This record gives sequence, C-alpha cells and structure tokens, in this order.
Amino acid sequence: MKILTGNDLKNGRVVWWDGQGWSIHVEDAVDVGDQADAILSREDAACRVNGGYAIDAEPDPSGRGVRPAHIKDRIRAYGPTVRPDLTLKPADPNAGTWVI
Amino acid sequence: MYKYDQYDHAMVRARVEDFRDQVRRRLAGQMTDDQFKPLRLKNGLYLQLHAYMLRVAIPYGTLNSTQMRKLAHIARTYDRGYGHFTTRQNLQYHWIKLEDAPNILGELAEVEMHAIQTSGESIRNISADHYAGAAADEIMDPRPWAETIRQMTTFMPEFSYLPRKFKIAVIAAEADRAALRWHDFALRIVKNDAGEVGFQVFAGGGMGRTPFIAYEIRPFLPTGQILSYLQAVLRVWNRHARRDNIHKQRMKILVHELGEEEFRRQVEEEFQHFLSLGEDFPQAEYDRIAAYFTPPPFEAGLPEEIDRTDPDFAVWVDQQIAAHKAPGYAIVNISLKPIQGIGGDISADQMDVVADLAERYSFDELRVAHTQNLVLPHVRKADLYAVWQSLRDAGLADANLDLVTDIIACPGLDYCTLANARSIPVAQKIADRFADPERQRDLGELKIKISGCINACGHHHAGHIGILGVDRKGTENYQLLLGGSGDETTSQAKITGPGFDEDGIVDAVERAVERYREVREPGERFLDTYRRVGMEGFKEAIYG
Ligand code: SF4
Repeated sequence: MKILTGNDLKNGRVVWWDGQGWSIHVEDAVDVGDQADAILSREDAACRVNGGYAIDAEPDPSGRGVRPAHIKDRIRAYGPTVRPDLTLKPADPNAGTWVI
Repeated sequence: MYKYDQYDHAMVRARVEDFRDQVRRRLAGQMTDDQFKPLRLKNGLYLQLHAYMLRVAIPYGTLNSTQMRKLAHIARTYDRGYGHFTTRQNLQYHWIKLEDAPNILGELAEVEMHAIQTSGESIRNISADHYAGAAADEIMDPRPWAETIRQMTTFMPEFSYLPRKFKIAVIAAEADRAALRWHDFALRIVKNDAGEVGFQVFAGGGMGRTPFIAYEIRPFLPTGQILSYLQAVLRVWNRHARRDNIHKQRMKILVHELGEEEFRRQVEEEFQHFLSLGEDFPQAEYDRIAAYFTPPPFEAGLPEEIDRTDPDFAVWVDQQIAAHKAPGYAIVNISLKPIQGIGGDISADQMDVVADLAERYSFDELRVAHTQNLVLPHVRKADLYAVWQSLRDAGLADANLDLVTDIIACPGLDYCTLANARSIPVAQKIADRFADPERQRDLGELKIKISGCINACGHHHAGHIGILGVDRKGTENYQLLLGGSGDETTSQAKITGPGFDEDGIVDAVERAVERYREVREPGERFLDTYRRVGMEGFKEAIYG
C-alpha cells in the first residue's frame, strides 16, 4: 500500500495522511492508491504539511494500522529509538522493537 | 571573550527580524517551501526526522555562563529539555517548532549568539583548539584570529555564495586538538626563525564521501596578510568549482584534481594581486579584537598539589585534567559520554550546573570540544575537588577522556534525514561492552568515531576505529575502518572488509581491540600498534 507522510509546517511534527487530514499516529494512515500527487500538491498549497512524500507500507502484523516499509519512516513514526521517553509510546517497553 | 559592539548587535537583531517576517510569510502561504528553505537554512533551521532542528553557532567553541544558561532556557522552553553538541563545536536542538524559531533567535541575540553560517554554502563556524588561551603548549591564543576571520568573512558576498560549504580551523600548538588537516582551510600559528608570528597554511582537506587530508600550501604567511590569502584561495576555488555536480563542489576535490603544485601556483598568483590592492585589514582592527581575549587575571603563588585522598577523584584527575599555562591552574575536561548515555547530549539542568561552575571556578568561560565534550579552561588546582563533586552530583564526572568509551557519534538515523543507519545505539553498545573502567584504562587512548552516513559528521575517517553506517537493501549495516587520526599525525582510516550488522560491529570492534592488546608493545596506543602491524594483522582477527 502507499501512504503519505510529511512534517507539519508549523511545528515540524511527523504526520500521516488519514483520509481527511493529517494525524500524528501512523496507525491512522490510509492507502492513497494513485492519489498521492494530487493530495500532496493540494496539502502543500494549503500550507499544512512540509516536504510531504509517498512511501510503501504494509498492514501491520499486529492487525492495527500500517507499518512503513523503510526503517527511516518507522523511526519517524515512533521517535528516536534511543529516547523512548520522547516517543509517542513512552510507556510501552516493546514499542521500539516495532522499529527494527 | 569577544563582546558584540553596536554594529554586531544591530546586524544580528536585524537578521532576526528579517527571519521573523520570512516565517510569517511562509506560514501565511505567501512563500513556497522552495522559496523558504534556503532562507531558513541561512538561519540554521533544518527539517529533520521528527521536527525542525536548529543549529546554534558557538564560534570556536567558546561560551560564557550567561550564554550557557540561555541555551538551557531555550532547551526547556522551546525544546524537550536537552541539546546536542556537535563535532563542529555547535549545539543542536532537535525538536524545534517553526513558529518558535524567530523568538529563539531573538533570545540568542540577547546573549550575543545566532545560528548564522551553521548551514548552506558559506564559511561554517570556525573551529579552534578547545584548550585555546589555556594550553601550556600554545604559542598564543588562536581565537583572536578565528574571530578576526569570522568578522572579515561573515556577510561578505564573496564568502556567502560559495560553491559549497567551507570549513576553517585555527590552532596555535604543535599538538593538534582540532582535527586541523581535515578542514578545507586550516591555520596553525607558528613562529619563524626571526621569531615573527605567522600562519602555517593547509588547504584541501575534508571528510565526507571523498576524504582528503589537507596539505601544507604555505609554510609561513605573515598574519596581516590573511584576508588577501583567503580571498586568493576562494577565488581559485570559485573559478574552477564544479557547481554543476554536488559531489565535486568541495574545494578538496579541486585541489586534488588540479594537483597541489598547480593549486598553490594559482593561489600565489591571485595572492600577489590581492596584496597589491592593499585591502588587508588594519593592525588596529586586529588589536581591537585581540583585546577581548586578554588572559584572565590568573592569581600568582597558587599551590600545585592536588589532594588525591579520594580515590574516585584521583582517577578523574588523572583522566580529565590537562596542563594549563598558568601555574596552579588546570584545564578540566567534562565528559558528555556516560555509559548508556548519548554522546554530546546534555540536559538543561546539566547546562545550568556547568554554567555555574564556569562562573564560579573558570573566569566565566566554557569551551565545547569537537569531541562532543565540554571544557572548563581555567580552574585553580585547589578547586578541582569542589568542581568534581558538583560534576559528580550532576552525572558529569565520567573519567573516560580519549578512552574507548569517549566515542564521537553523529545523531544518525535516530534524528537525521540523511542517515543510512543509527549511530547512537552502536556507540552505546560499544560503550557498554567496554564499560569496565579498568579495562578502558588498560586499553589507553583509543578514539572510536561513528557516522550514520557518508557525510562523515561523526569523523569516522579520523577514528583510530571508525564506523560508517550504510543502507544494505533497507537494513542497517556498518563498515569498520581502522587507522585514522585527527591529531598532528593525521591519517585516513581504511576499511577492513565486509560490513556487519549492529551486534556484529560491536563484536568486530572488540576483536580488533583484543588483537591490539595481544600484540601491543610497551607504551603503544591502539593507533601506534595498527601503524606498526598494518591492516593484515587486524583483519585476520576481525574476520577469522
Ligand atoms: S554523518 Fe550523515 S547521518 Fe550522521 S549527522 Fe551527518 S548527515 Fe546525518
């Protein structure tokens, strides 16, 4: 599947296209099929997202959401692996293993 | 240290207001990202993996306590409570909001700081020996020259739109603590036979994809001619630079392609031209700048003895203290490399502690080392125990300077958009493997340097042991290099062979280190043994 990601223009946070807007949770990302360019140019023009791009992903084996194909995007989705306290799941000791 | 005059203040403040307006226009949709990106980069603002990253310039690594407290305040108020010191003696914040950036730059301007020239095709932050002004072995304090060159070149159009970034370092001792010959342009302050002070000039060095060690382009340049000489170098580079090919734009490529002799010849020709214009800055201007670097009022008659009764303190003294030029004083190295920690990271609270110590014990001065550690340059030996106690209480008293756990690691794939692989976890695993302090001390000086990609911010080419992260079909892989150095015996590390995965590289490092231990001769450091034995002796141990 193809999903869209970028950084929020104002605060730089990593965001994922959820079909209507941008979510900070990769679980919310939806398959955009062949609509990537159209959505990105519309969103770029609306000054909501910076440096948006499409990536390959697959349904998460856990059954929830999606897992980006490349480790770089998994680190973007999770946060720095060396600072679990700064990630989106600071209380989940196993969250980091999802990245690798 | 240097103090801004009214012009400096006015320039930096005007720049902040320019950027405030640029950010406003970008957020209002009046500017595209393509238009805005070069403007934010000129103010040190990058977009990294998780947020914007702001790189704050710390000219030649010198800070005072007010500035350090401001950095702590920014970390707390606008970031996530910490900062990261880089191999260019700068500080990076990794969680910045675009909407906050103008205010942060405004706060920095209040304490005579900025983020100019921390990005883009400009002369980057000029680095210097972090012991400058304190080292027992220096001819003079090199920072007045670093500051003079900074002032001459900042905002000068010819130096602002260079073919590519340009890195300068200045030192004034035989010992090289600034990786001098890994710079595009490097100056060592020397004295000639007549006792006159001048520069030994090196050019064409650099790390990255195509590493080169700078060669000596001129054995002696009178100091007053430095502007003419620098302009000559840049003119030759500008004339031939491959602006069409990003991999060939650095000056090191030109020097290599033209050849040393031809590059030198063209520079000398241009130099004579610039000299004839008589545009070098007046001596009075240098004197004005140098006056800010007058040595602090060191006390006379201080005791040399250090009470070593506390064994932990004695270990720290042996590892972290360097010789000072003034009797009764010492240079204190503060390790930012705790086992399990993140090299170069420092919390806002720790910044405040270090600022307090600088104010109380070091004439209000601090230094950032390119090794991602900090320095209190002027501490009375009699105060060392008190300083150590405060550092220990703040988690800053590791005694591992230049040892196997004092690892340089770039932010790597945990933060950096350009990365292929993570650097920090590898550094942590190696540090963990060698955590035993006795084992570290037995191994002696051993400099491990890790980069998460070919750009080499982690100086892997200059590591006694270097590690380079690469992307191998979507997974992290690590190449091992041996034999590099950034000191006065500069050498380029060589790749050992096939790469390793994350755990494999830690094992490989340990096998290399154990081979050193087996074959070393008395007094030999890892690097000495490597140079004597050569790659083959290590390869066999690493790959079996
Ligand atoms: S070496 Fe590469 S990964 Fe590391 S900080 Fe530099 S650009 Fe990023």
